[in-house]
Amino acid sequence: MKQYSYFPGCSLKASAVAYDLSVRAVSAALGIELIELEDWNCCGTTVYSAIDRLEAICVPCRNLALAEKKGLDLVTPCSACFRTFERVNSYLRLYPLLKTKVDKVLAAAGLEYHGKVRVRHLVDVLLNDVGVEAIASKVVNPLHGLKVAPYYGCLLVRPEVAFDDPENPQSLDRLVESLGAEVVPFPAKNRCCGASLVISNPDLALGLILRILESAHSNGAECIVTACPLCQLSLDAYQGMVNRKFGTRYELPVVFLSQLMGTALGLEPKALGFDRGVVSPEKVLARHL
Amino acid sequence: MKPRIGVYICHCGANIADTVDVEAVTEFAQGLDSVVVARNYRFMCSEPGQNVIKEDIENLQLDRVVVAACSPQMHESTFRRVCEEAGVNRYLFQMANIREQCSWVTHDKEQATKKAKALVAAAVRRVALQEPLEVRKAPVTPCALVVGGGIAGIQAALDIAEAGHKVYLVEREPSIGGHMMQLDKTFPTLDCSACILTPRMAQVRSHPSIELMTYSEVVGVSGYVGNFKAKIRRKPRYVDESKCTGCGVCSEKCPWTADSEFDMGLGKRKAIYTPFPQAVPNVPVIDTERCVYFRKGTCRACEKFCEAKAIDFEQTEKVVEVEVGAIIVATGYDSFDPTPIYQYGYKRLDNVITGLEFERLCNASGPTGGRIILSSGREPESVAIIHCVGSRDRNYHEYCSKVCCMYSMKFAHLIRESTAAKVYEFYIDLRSAGKGYEEFYNRVLDEGVIFVRSHPPEVVSEDGKLIIECEDTLAGCQSRIAVDMVILSTALEPRADAGEVARLFSLSRSADGFFLEKHPKLAPVATMTDGIFVVGCAQGPKDIPETVAQASAAAAAVLAMFARGTIEIEAATAVVDQELCSGCGICVALCPYNAITFLEDRKVAEINDILCKGCGVCVAACPAGAITGRHFTDKQILAEIEGLLADVKPPLVAI
Repeated sequence: MKQYSYFPGCSLKASAVAYDLSVRAVSAALGIELIELEDWNCCGTTVYSAIDRLEAICVPCRNLALAEKKGLDLVTPCSACFRTFERVNSYLRLYPLLKTKVDKVLAAAGLEYHGKVRVRHLVDVLLNDVGVEAIASKVVNPLHGLKVAPYYGCLLVRPEVAFDDPENPQSLDRLVESLGAEVVPFPAKNRCCGASLVISNPDLALGLILRILESAHSNGAECIVTACPLCQLSLDAYQGMVNRKFGTRYELPVVFLSQLMGTALGLEPKALGFDRGVVSPEKVLARHL
Repeated sequence: MKPRIGVYICHCGANIADTVDVEAVTEFAQGLDSVVVARNYRFMCSEPGQNVIKEDIENLQLDRVVVAACSPQMHESTFRRVCEEAGVNRYLFQMANIREQCSWVTHDKEQATKKAKALVAAAVRRVALQEPLEVRKAPVTPCALVVGGGIAGIQAALDIAEAGHKVYLVEREPSIGGHMMQLDKTFPTLDCSACILTPRMAQVRSHPSIELMTYSEVVGVSGYVGNFKAKIRRKPRYVDESKCTGCGVCSEKCPWTADSEFDMGLGKRKAIYTPFPQAVPNVPVIDTERCVYFRKGTCRACEKFCEAKAIDFEQTEKVVEVEVGAIIVATGYDSFDPTPIYQYGYKRLDNVITGLEFERLCNASGPTGGRIILSSGREPESVAIIHCVGSRDRNYHEYCSKVCCMYSMKFAHLIRESTAAKVYEFYIDLRSAGKGYEEFYNRVLDEGVIFVRSHPPEVVSEDGKLIIECEDTLAGCQSRIAVDMVILSTALEPRADAGEVARLFSLSRSADGFFLEKHPKLAPVATMTDGIFVVGCAQGPKDIPETVAQASAAAAAVLAMFARGTIEIEAATAVVDQELCSGCGICVALCPYNAITFLEDRKVAEINDILCKGCGVCVAACPAGAITGRHFTDKQILAEIEGLLADVKPPLVAI
C-alpha cells in the first residue's frame, strides 16, 4: 500500500468535511494510505501573502518542514493549499536570500526545511499513481449517462503544473470518464469562482459564479465536479443567491471528485458526506445508480 | 634548414588590443624559436596590413607565416591568399585565434595576454612542421537539381535555365505551383496570386533547358560539390504524359470523388484529377486509394473516354539517376494544424477555419466560386481573425511566422470588399515591416476594420454565434465579441518530413526545425554542405518577395560555380601509407564519404582525394597508424599542444 503524508487543510475541517470524509474513504478503497501530518497548521492561503511575504512563506513552510521529516510525498486535496506549498518550494529555490530568512524563522521553532518535499494534489496522485485503468477496474456502479462538467478552478493547474495543461486541462476529465460518466464541453472549466471575494465584493463574485453555472448548464451538465473546497463552497452555497440576484433557476449539484468516485466505487453515501451539501445531488445520482 | 617564420599580431581596433597587451605578445613572439620577425598592427586584414606581410616575406625571405587575429572562419582565406601572392604555399600559414577564443571571452588583461601568448606559441610550433600541399581542381557538372516546385523552386529553375544550363525540377505533387497557387490575392498590392504565378509555371513547362519531373521525389544523393548524383523516384500517374492532351474528359467522366487537397478539403475532386485547372503539367494522375479500378478491378470509365489512349493502368514506379553540379532545396513549409489548440474549436465548432482554407473560400476558382459564406450558405455579418495561432507560443512554435499579420489584414480587406461584415483582428503585436506594408495597414484601418489587441484565450459557441472571449489590453477590459466566422491565422512550420529531407541532403536544422543556412547574414542561402543551397520557407517563414530574392540568390551562386567550371578540392585529405597498411578494412567501413576503396590485388586501402573531406575518422581509427591526415599530422598537433602548454608547470602532488 503506497503511503503519503496527508494535509487536509482548514477547509476540509470546516466547510468541506464531506471532502475530507470522501477522500479518506476513496483512498482506502483504492489502496493508498494517507497519513495525516501531525500538528499541521493553516497554510495561510492567499490571506497572508497580501500582508507579509515572509510570513506567507514561513507559515506554510512549517508544514513542509514537518513533512520533510516523514520523507513521504505530501498530498493535499485542496487546490489553494497545493498552490501555496508549490509557491513556497519555488520561492525558496528562486530566492536564496529569502531562504536564509525563512531558515531563521524555522530555527526558532526547532525546525529546518531543505526543499525536498514533493507536493502533490490529490488529482495528480489519482491520475498518475493510481491510474485511470486501476480506478475503472474497481468501479462497481458505473455512472453511465451522467453528464458531468469537470470544474478545475484557477488554482489547480495555474500558472503551471507537471500533470496537466494550464490552458486546456484534462486531468479531471480523464478521472471522471474512468467512472463511466460523460464529460460535457465546459468552456468555463478553469475560470475563477471568486473564492473568498464573495465576502468582500459579493456583486463581482456572484457574477463570476453565474458565468460558471451558466456554462455548465447550457452545455447540458447534470452536475459539476470539483477538486477544490473553495470552488465547491462558492458554486454550491451561493447558488441560491445567484438565482435571486439574476433571476435564474439553477439547481446544479456541485460534488467533490472523491464523492463521485466513491459513488462509482460503491461506497455508502453517508461515508461520502452527501448529507452535507446545499444543492442535493440525490436526485441526479439516483438516476444513474 | 631552419624555417623562417613571421608572426603578426592584430589589434582588431579595440577588439583585441583593449584586452590583450599586443606589445607584450609581440615581444614574446620575437623570442620564439625560428621566428625572424614579429609585428603588431591595428588591422592586419586591411590593405596596408596585408602589405606588411607581403613585404616581410620578400625582404626577410620568410617561408612561414602566423597571424594572431580573429577566427580562421573570418580571415584564414584572406591571409592564405596574401601568402600565395607573395610566393608562400597557403598551407604554410597558420592562424591563432586571439579574438573569439581569447580577448572576447577573457576580462582580465593579464590573463588574456598570457592566453594570447600561449596561442601564438602553439601556432608558431605548429607552422614550423607544416608542409606545402597542392590544391587540385575538379570539373563541375553544369546542371542543377531544384527540389520543390513552389515559387522558390520555379524562380531558381528559371534563373539557371535562362543562363542556358540544364535544370531538373522535381516536385512531389502532380503539379508545380506550391502554396502560392492556393493563395487568392497577395499582399500588399493585391495582385491575383495565380495571375502572376501561372505565366512562370507555363515558362517552366516550355523551357528547353528545364526537365520537369512532377509526382516525383528525390530518394538518394551521393557525390560532392560539382559532381552530385541524385536518384529520383517517379511515381506512376497511370496517364502517359507523352500522349495526354489535357482535354479533361477523364476527370469529367470519372464517377468517384474525394476531398480536394488543393482546396483544403472544402471542395471535391475526382479519382483521376489535376489539382487545379491551370496545373503544370496539365496531365491528370489517378489516386489509387479512390479509383475503383484499383480497388475492385472494375469501372475503367476514364480509359473508355480517353481519345488519346493515354490511360495506362500498367505504369510502374521508376527510379532515374541524374548527375548535377549543384542542388537547390526549396521544399517549402506546412501550415500549422490548429486542432491541438482545443480552445479555438477548430474541427469542433462550425465556421472556425484556417487562413489557407479562407484563401480557397475567397478564390474565384475555389469551392464557393469566391463567395465568402458560412457553412449554412449565408454570408457572415461579422468575422474574427485571430493572429499568432501556433506562432509566438511556447506550447507550439516560439518564432514569429512573419507573414500572418500581413495576410490577416489582407483577409480583412477581402472580406470588407465583398461582404458587409464587420471584421475584428485579434493581434498581439502588428508586424508590417516591408515595402508598402505599413501603408497597407493604414488602408485597412481606414476601411473600418476593428483591431483588438488581445490574444483570445477561447472561442465558444453560444446560440449559433461564435463568442470570442478576450482581454482587450489597450482598453484594459474583458470583452465578449460575437461573430459568425473565425479565421485562425496559423503558423508556417517545417514540413513534417523535414528530418528525412535533412538527412537526404546532409542539411542541418535550426532549433525551430527549419533548414539551417551557412551564415544567417552573410551566407543566407548556402548550407554547410558545399554545392547544396536552401531557399524559401524551407529555411524559415518568409513572404513571396523574400522567397523570390533567395531563389535568385541561390541561382546566382550556382551560376557562378558553373561559370568557373571547376572547383578547388581541399588538399587537407587523408593518405594511406601502403607499406604500413595491414588491409584490415576498418577505414573502408567507417568513411562517411565512401572515399576509401580496398585494393583487392594488393590487399591495402586507398583514399580517393577528390571524395575525401579530411574529416579524420579513418586517421583516428587505423589500428596500424598507417593513415595520416595531411595538414593535421600527429607531429603538427603534438607541437601545437606543446606550444600551448609550454609554460604550464606540471601539477604539484599533494603530500
